Amino acid sequence: MVVLKDLPVEELFLPGHRHCSGCGASMAARMALKTTGREVVITNATGCLEVASTIYPYTSWAVPWVHTAFENAAATASGIEAAFKAMARRGGRTSIPAMVSFAGDGGTFDIGIQSLSGALERGHHLLYICYDNEAYMNTGIQRSGSTPHGAATTTSQAGTKLPGKPEWKKDLIGISISHGIEYAATASVAYWNDYMTKVKKALEVKGPSVIHVLAPCPRGWRHEPADTVKIAKLATQTLYFPIYEFERGVYRLNIKVPNPLPVEEFLKIQGRFSHLFKPEFSSEILRIQDWVDANWTRILNLCGETKTQAT
Amino acid sequence: MQRTIGVTGDEAVAYAAKQSSVDVIAAYPITPQTIIVEQFAQYVANGEVHTEFMCVESEHSALSACIGASLTGARVFTATASQGLALMHEMLYIASSMRCPIVMAVANRALSAPINIYADHSDMMGSRDSGWIQIYAEDAQEAYDWTLQTFDIAEKHDIMLPVSVNLDGFTISHSMEGISVLEDEDAKKFLPPRPLHYVIDPDKPITIGAGNNPEYYFEFKRQQEDALRRAFKAVLETTQRFRRISGRKYGILDTYGLEDADVAMIGLGSCMGTAMEAARALRRKGEKVGAIKLWLYRPFPEREILKTLEGLKSLAVIDRSCSFGAPNGALCSDILSTIHDANLKLKISNVVCGLGGRDITVPMMESIYKRALKQSNVKHVKKEVSFLGVRE
Repeated sequence: MVVLKDLPVEELFLPGHRHCSGCGASMAARMALKTTGREVVITNATGCLEVASTIYPYTSWAVPWVHTAFENAAATASGIEAAFKAMARRGGRTSIPAMVSFAGDGGTFDIGIQSLSGALERGHHLLYICYDNEAYMNTGIQRSGSTPHGAATTTSQAGTKLPGKPEWKKDLIGISISHGIEYAATASVAYWNDYMTKVKKALEVKGPSVIHVLAPCPRGWRHEPADTVKIAKLATQTLYFPIYEFERGVYRLNIKVPNPLPVEEFLKIQGRFSHLFKPEFSSEILRIQDWVDANWTRILNLCGETKTQAT
Repeated sequence: MQRTIGVTGDEAVAYAAKQSSVDVIAAYPITPQTIIVEQFAQYVANGEVHTEFMCVESEHSALSACIGASLTGARVFTATASQGLALMHEMLYIASSMRCPIVMAVANRALSAPINIYADHSDMMGSRDSGWIQIYAEDAQEAYDWTLQTFDIAEKHDIMLPVSVNLDGFTISHSMEGISVLEDEDAKKFLPPRPLHYVIDPDKPITIGAGNNPEYYFEFKRQQEDALRRAFKAVLETTQRFRRISGRKYGILDTYGLEDADVAMIGLGSCMGTAMEAARALRRKGEKVGAIKLWLYRPFPEREILKTLEGLKSLAVIDRSCSFGAPNGALCSDILSTIHDANLKLKISNVVCGLGGRDITVPMMESIYKRALKQSNVKHVKKEVSFLGVRE
């Protein structure tokens, strides 16, 4: 496990960027770069992280960084990795840097899923980090395949008939593992040492790896900027977002939850769920709790944990 | 020293890519381009190349990977056609705007719907404003020669732009021809490794593809346009150097019989071979006819075209694509704007033909000539596109 005194003082994700106060995505980027060091190339899908870290002529990136389009962070990275390999073969730079892609949930769960799938199948040495803020925040909080059931977004509004998004969140880790990759993990900006340890582990894998890191968005989730870490922690402590990893066929539950809280505790401090607390939609909270319980049981089974051990 | 080999147009392109010591190929199969990547896969399987050969899951990812590789400093090649080029559309602009010297063969094919795998220029014409240097080959020899030459053009420091080498689907891509090829050493001498400027390198980190607001975007576009216009000079430099090594003469355009011609036909690709054949036959009957084949379509060579038009009375412009709802075909619109201020006494007629692989024959070319000849004597030409070889 990465500990605080191991971390470099040097920042490779530089201050001065234009992310909102309390932005989870920028925390995920900064922590990852504290782990990668300088021998890395970043590709970034279009999204908050790209826009807010680079408006020309400024940049927050002290390492090589490339943005081409929205749906292709993995494809772009795979081309860079291929180029380093081919050029080394004909006498170019012999040390091949680590490849890390950053993309939001829109760029990963939805428009970028094909490009990600292709890169995972081809087996490039590449770490793909999805910073999940559960909607298209850059374009103004539209629903994505990652937006949870019941969340209000600008395209899944809470009205008199509909309680926000009717559909449920996709299982990104399940999709990733199905490609036969060696390493995949969920993580959270609230558990920095778990996340950074996973980045380190993923980079040691020969081949593709995926980290799905929960990164709250104060604007989209409608919470106080100061509460980002608190809410990310509640996501795990209410069992809404379990923190686990898959390593060469073995699942491991990384954050055990001795005293799980009801999901209501996670929902009630976010404006995007406020309508669920109206009497007409109160059954939705029960439905979400059922989903959380079923998902938790599924993950405990995968990790070979019993309810008493893990909780 | 050169050798003669019997190959299809696609195989000729693959052979040129091999001789160009390409570092990365990322491609997705689509007829009629497929033979290019299949042939290259054979070179990879036999260990004849050092290339990273990426079979990606779509054309969008193909060009995305090519852009990533090109930004890293690799020499990059890809190939596509039709729907594949359409799926790349977003990335075409990004490749040129990020100044990636990628060479892409386009085995020109009609666009759906209805789905049709045969030749026309709808695919590339739909992307003609994408900032790519665009070359059209007439046959397999030209497809081979241009593939070698375009790496040199693309990679020049003051150009750094992608190039498409267009070869008509099936007519060129699948037709076997005897072509002369350079020996490997000569190809290497002609095309040394790509010079590197501003590439992805952890020792010298740079940010590529930053967000841009109204304060800077326009300047980037202006510089891009200037770079594209420098391609005229680059094409001449490269083709002259290639002539010394191959004995084959290329340039911005090729002409036939213009010295004393009253009427000429102008167009792109394989049908210009047919046009020249028709012109030869007509000349034997005493007709004063010539032909202009554009090798370079973007940047559009206005000056060079104007030089060829002096003394002509009538010009037939052959478009192998339909610009729906536009006043003229794509090439004809460019020609009309070229001659607009030139004070030429020239009648223009526009013919759209050969869509979806419909044959363009010598008799068709003769009828195009006859119509243009008739127009040269008419005072006011009624401007309209004529569709030739279609059941109406």
